[in-house]
Amino acid sequence: MTLDVILFFILALIAVAAAAGMLLSKNAVHAALFLVLNFATLAVFYLILGGPFISMAQITVYTGAIMVLFLFVIMLLGVEKLRGEDKLAWQIPTAAVLAGVLLIEAGYFLFFRRVPVEMSGTASLPETFGGPQAISATLFSQYALPVEIAGVLLLVAMVGVIVMTKWNAE
Amino acid sequence: MLPVTYYIGLSAVLFIMGALGVLIRRNLIVIFMSVELMLNAANLAFVAFARYYQEMSGQVFVFFVMAVAAAEVAVGLSLIVAIYRARRTVNVDDLSEMKG
Repeated sequence: MTLDVILFFILALIAVAAAAGMLLSKNAVHAALFLVLNFATLAVFYLILGGPFISMAQITVYTGAIMVLFLFVIMLLGVEKLRGEDKLAWQIPTAAVLAGVLLIEAGYFLFFRRVPVEMSGTASLPETFGGPQAISATLFSQYALPVEIAGVLLLVAMVGVIVMTKWNAE
Repeated sequence: MLPVTYYIGLSAVLFIMGALGVLIRRNLIVIFMSVELMLNAANLAFVAFARYYQEMSGQVFVFFVMAVAAAEVAVGLSLIVAIYRARRTVNVDDLSEMKG
């Protein structure tokens, strides 16, 4: 049990540090690489939480496809160096105050309201929980219509991107 | 399993950092990355609750979020490329003509 706690806090520290690195880095490529680290840490969390398929999908879709697309666009446009100066000086303090309010609100709900979520779940899981078989059984029976809609959405996005590129070229 | 509160707390912290990134960063690409961070924070909460209730639906929703995020990234990055081609900048402070 204590090993679980130590592992959780090490991973959580890496995740939060990577997110902070993304927020503070002056170079867009560094920001993207910090985000890759954050996503990889989240994939490890998914493995711990009994979702091997989701964990691998996280690695392939997020850190593989999406972040490579980000890096590709950053290098295509040549906008690695981020401009330092800010036109609106009050923006960062205001954002910090708003984030602090949100954090206090979340902390209040988690630790002071007696909501039933603080119990831990049972230790044992069914053998197949979170595997590709279990995911697809749920996906193609209970969620068959959302799958179709997601497919149409991806098709529309693809057509939209092609239209944007053609329209730019003319 | 650790109490699900731990995971929800981490998810909240990551979400807040993403929101902070949207508010303080002035580069369109970095703002977009912060949006991705917020989506992932929500995914972590989904997976934690899926484990807690031993219910597959949470993980299936993460799958849908990933699909929508992929579509969003493709369209969003093509918009950023179009903006850069038209205006030679991806700084949101320079893109303020629609201000009244």
